[in-house]
Amino acid sequence: MAKITFIAPDDTRYDVEAETGSTVMEAAVRNGVPGIEAECGGACACATCHVYVDPEWQEVTGEPEAMEEDMLDFAYDVRPNSRLSCQIRISEALNGLVVNLPERQA
Amino acid sequence: MLSNFVETDVVIIGAGPCGLFAVFELGLLDLKCHLIDILDRPGGQCAELYPEKPIYDIPGLPEVSGQGLVDNLLKQIEPFAPEFHFGEMVTEIERTEDGAFRVRTDTGTALLAKVVVIAAGGGSFQPKRPPIAGIENYEQKSVFYSVRRMEDFRDHHLVVVGGGDSALDWTLNLQPLAKSVTLIHRRPEFRAAPDSVNKMFSLQERGEILFEQGQVSALKGENGHLESITVKGPNGEVDIACTRLLPFFGLTMKLGPVAEWGLNLEENLVTVDTEKFQTSEPGIFAIGDINYYPGKLKLILSGFHEAALMAQAAKRIVNPDARVVFQYTTSSSSLQKKLGVI
Ligand SMILES: Cc1cc2nc3c(=O)[nH]c(=O)nc-3n(C[C@H](O)[C@H](O)[C@H](O)COP(=O)(O)OP(=O)(O)OC[C@H]3O[C@@H](n4cnc5c(N)ncnc54)[C@H](O)[C@@H]3O)c2cc1C
Ligand code: FES
Repeated sequence: MAKITFIAPDDTRYDVEAETGSTVMEAAVRNGVPGIEAECGGACACATCHVYVDPEWQEVTGEPEAMEEDMLDFAYDVRPNSRLSCQIRISEALNGLVVNLPERQA
Repeated sequence: MLSNFVETDVVIIGAGPCGLFAVFELGLLDLKCHLIDILDRPGGQCAELYPEKPIYDIPGLPEVSGQGLVDNLLKQIEPFAPEFHFGEMVTEIERTEDGAFRVRTDTGTALLAKVVVIAAGGGSFQPKRPPIAGIENYEQKSVFYSVRRMEDFRDHHLVVVGGGDSALDWTLNLQPLAKSVTLIHRRPEFRAAPDSVNKMFSLQERGEILFEQGQVSALKGENGHLESITVKGPNGEVDIACTRLLPFFGLTMKLGPVAEWGLNLEENLVTVDTEKFQTSEPGIFAIGDINYYPGKLKLILSGFHEAALMAQAAKRIVNPDARVVFQYTTSSSSLQKKLGVI
């Protein structure tokens, strides 16, 4: 298990528990965190699970792979710390992870 | 605008996996099908959204890719020679005096059929609107999501946004016509075919187009007439003269015209019974992701089952006097003749 914090653009914080092996997107959806739409159900095919990884965590979550980079082209206001949350797999190392939600999904 | 007029037994709206398999089940009962899809090829979501991803829950196929399943379905329905109308959106279904249906598309095709099968999945694929504030005010005046007539871009300051094939193709094709062309993409890598990317870069070197790395952050211009756009890039913001904008942000599924056909809907899905998968209009059936009934699962295998039962009911409408005998493809020589295996 890992604790994940989502921060909305209005600074509301959502602290959720995420199961190891699942994804950050699944943690958001299971816990009803608003602003993660995940239309394609985690297949890296919709770009509606976009998040900004807190700079302190960027090294741990790593860089997006080529397919995710391609899909990020369709997201809104993409920044260097943008990721698709369905492509971040939960491990113990991510316990305490903080991600910010964008103003809107594509 | 009746450019084409076609008569057939069944019109299937949508060439996704369920529409394709319906051709097989209807074909075994000697019903001839025409399929219409807004996309330029068959396969629906499987081909458009996840052609290379594996599917693990198709009975009898432990693992098959989205495109692989579509290719298999096309091979399976080949004996029935279905006719495809691609790049057309069905806009209207109308009942004729004798109880058949007239189906019309946005390109002027009209088909006459005794049965209509809606296999429209998540709806029609339509270009995504990029999330730029106020963009809707410029749509169809200065902002276009596809090119219908190249002439509309002549002598304009054109800006194309995106890194895929559509963005690159239109940058190259419209460059000779437009007054100026700027391509905008958020990163220096492109998804488009390497050949088009090389062509684009050589035009850029010769100063015939501009490439700007970044994302469009604002649009300027009065009454829907675009004058310039702001691009936020790695080195800050720049304003670029722009009177025509072509953003390519992929496709999304919208219910579209299905909602206007007078059928009973529940949360944007067409309600059907579970015996025939018929809608509230006798003769119009709905199968696959587009339909709703208690217990519905949006799985390909459910759509296949629905296709088989729907076909039996469709047969009774098209040939009310025919006796339908239940047969197995394994053992029925009459079915095997239809399939061309004996
Ligand atoms: C990423 C992803 C992974 C998936 N994985 C699986 C899986 O593992 N197993 C599984 O069973 N399912 C899976 N699915 C779901 C599966 O793809 C759908 O259930 C299936 O595609 C539904 O088929 P369909 O034929 O009903 O509709 P679709 O595949 O949606 O096709 C409908 C077609 O109708 C066309 N259309 C709609 N309206 C019109 C109109 N008015 N005029 C003309 N054309 C029109 C559309 O353009 C589209 O091509 C997945 C879906 C996604 C997105
Ligand atoms: S859920 Fe669709 S890309 Fe992540």
